Amino acid sequence: MFGRLTEDALPLYSEIAMAGAAVTVGGGLFVLAVVLWTSSLLYLWRNWLTSVDHKRIGIMYVVVALVMLLRGFVDALMMRAQQAMAMNSGGYLPPEHFDQIFSSHGTIMILFMAMPFLTGLINFVMPLQIGARDVAFPRLNLISLYLTAAGAGLVLISLVIGKFSTAGWTGYPPFSETEFSPGVGVDYWIWALIVSGVGTTLTGINFITTIVKRRAPGMTWMRLPLFAWTALCASILIVFAFPALTVAGAMLALDRSAGFHFFTNDGGGNAMHFANVLWMWGHPEVYILILPAFGVFSEIVATFSSKRLFAYNSLVFATVVIALLAFTTWLHHFFTMGAGASVNTAFGITTMIIAVPTGVKVFDWLMTMYRGRIRYQTPMLWTVAFLVTFTIGGMSGVLLAVPAVDYTLHNTTFLVAHFHNMVIPGALFGFFAGYVY
Amino acid sequence: MSEVDTKAHDEAEERSYGFWLFLMSDAILFSLLFATYAIMVTATDNGPARTEIFGYWRTAANTALLLSSSLTMGLASIAICEARKSAAFQWIFVTMILALAFLVLEIQEFMGLVAQGAGPDRSGFLSAYFTLVGTHGAHVTVGLIWMAVLCLHLAMAPIGPAVQSATERLTMFWHLVGIVWIGIYSMVYLPGLYQ
Repeated sequence: MFGRLTEDALPLYSEIAMAGAAVTVGGGLFVLAVVLWTSSLLYLWRNWLTSVDHKRIGIMYVVVALVMLLRGFVDALMMRAQQAMAMNSGGYLPPEHFDQIFSSHGTIMILFMAMPFLTGLINFVMPLQIGARDVAFPRLNLISLYLTAAGAGLVLISLVIGKFSTAGWTGYPPFSETEFSPGVGVDYWIWALIVSGVGTTLTGINFITTIVKRRAPGMTWMRLPLFAWTALCASILIVFAFPALTVAGAMLALDRSAGFHFFTNDGGGNAMHFANVLWMWGHPEVYILILPAFGVFSEIVATFSSKRLFAYNSLVFATVVIALLAFTTWLHHFFTMGAGASVNTAFGITTMIIAVPTGVKVFDWLMTMYRGRIRYQTPMLWTVAFLVTFTIGGMSGVLLAVPAVDYTLHNTTFLVAHFHNMVIPGALFGFFAGYVY
Repeated sequence: MSEVDTKAHDEAEERSYGFWLFLMSDAILFSLLFATYAIMVTATDNGPARTEIFGYWRTAANTALLLSSSLTMGLASIAICEARKSAAFQWIFVTMILALAFLVLEIQEFMGLVAQGAGPDRSGFLSAYFTLVGTHGAHVTVGLIWMAVLCLHLAMAPIGPAVQSATERLTMFWHLVGIVWIGIYSMVYLPGLYQ
């Protein structure tokens, strides 16, 4: 009846995995106990879990994000501890287990921390900013929340039952094919991605319709608050990029479950095609993460400098241009795959071009601060920290955009440092700042 | 026009707009499947190639069925707009028959291919073919179920703005299914038949 779900699926293979599973399950039971203890189950169900109010849905998204942030953060600490201890020794994590933590850290942080966090912020703030009573399709909004939460739940379950995927957060075949990853981890991973991806697509449709159709009278496009602009552009990216994730995931699932030959080594499969389709989603995805945070910073910088936002128009155009160019750079994630010199050159150039509107934004924020009356309260501190670290990350990115340099630096900690310098300040700091603000 | 009417109209418009966005995202899904097919078309692994497996008459009949169902769906939506119930039933019924016939032919074709050893697990080319055409077939099935639900709506209540707006979205969906088929016919079948 349970198929492959037998006693072997329990995490008894290592003490550390067992402890992690115990914490996850225990945490869930503890929350349930608190809810029952305070007899607030009915209240929760009526006023929160079945609520279609955009503010409550927003808060629930952020709760999901914070839970997953904790999990992803522990993963990061465990990896760092392993790297610190593994000098001239095996360290405390077996390789199999390290790979699981490595994969779950990426998957959780991008898809189940950053995505719910930004969706929650947009849900809460955007309808208020544009003077709408709610989003255009409130019930769909709740469905999206549950799809996202179901995806997050699948990841957590997979971390307890069976072994999590060891294929990295990008799950490249042929390693993620059944031939090399016969376990259930990759299947859980695929379904978590697809389920939450559908939820996110529906959210994107919801936000675009809200912004286009539900602005209050007099709220013309060029009066739209910048956060709403970035929410709009991020939603457009969501609607057009997430089908690629669905396709990549579905093809890999067909390969694994139905014996198809999209990415297998035999049968005429083409593993490189997966990298293409995945990054057609993956690159717009990083701008989906970063644009709403840019919106948050734009609001905060103006408020805490007691000035009007410098060059509103150029910020709007930079946002739109980033959204367009986001679709033209995906190949820089695999320069070394060997697409040929001219293809690499073209994508290297588009990658450098997309740094220009981003640079424009940084200067706009700096000029907003210039001669302003700056108050260094918490949101502003996050913003200043963002400006410094993000610029470093941006410069390392432009270096990596040169294919020749990339050949030397790919798969090094230089690359890891680059995208952490982008995504942590560019998304997480922004979400924290927005949360506090 | 009263206040209530304006609100209903706005909501219908919002729903169509949201549905347009969904269709665009669906179209991207199909375009990726088309791209996959284009890449995999030569990856036959010494198995059947595209020149060997497609039937002339079946694909032509499929095209005729699906395109005429687009026409009858349009006629059904006009009937519903004008609140002519019996005509609406008639045209939806015809559309469903055509779509069903299309599905039967397609399933026959798939079963035939699997029987002659050209199933989706034979080669990358056949995986891509089955996924592209099968996804389209799944869309046709969804459209059929939607039409059945619409018939229930029609049978239970007089034609109001809610049914009319639902019909508008179903018609949009059905036209997308038709357009994708034109793509499949000209990118998948025709190059296989005339080479």
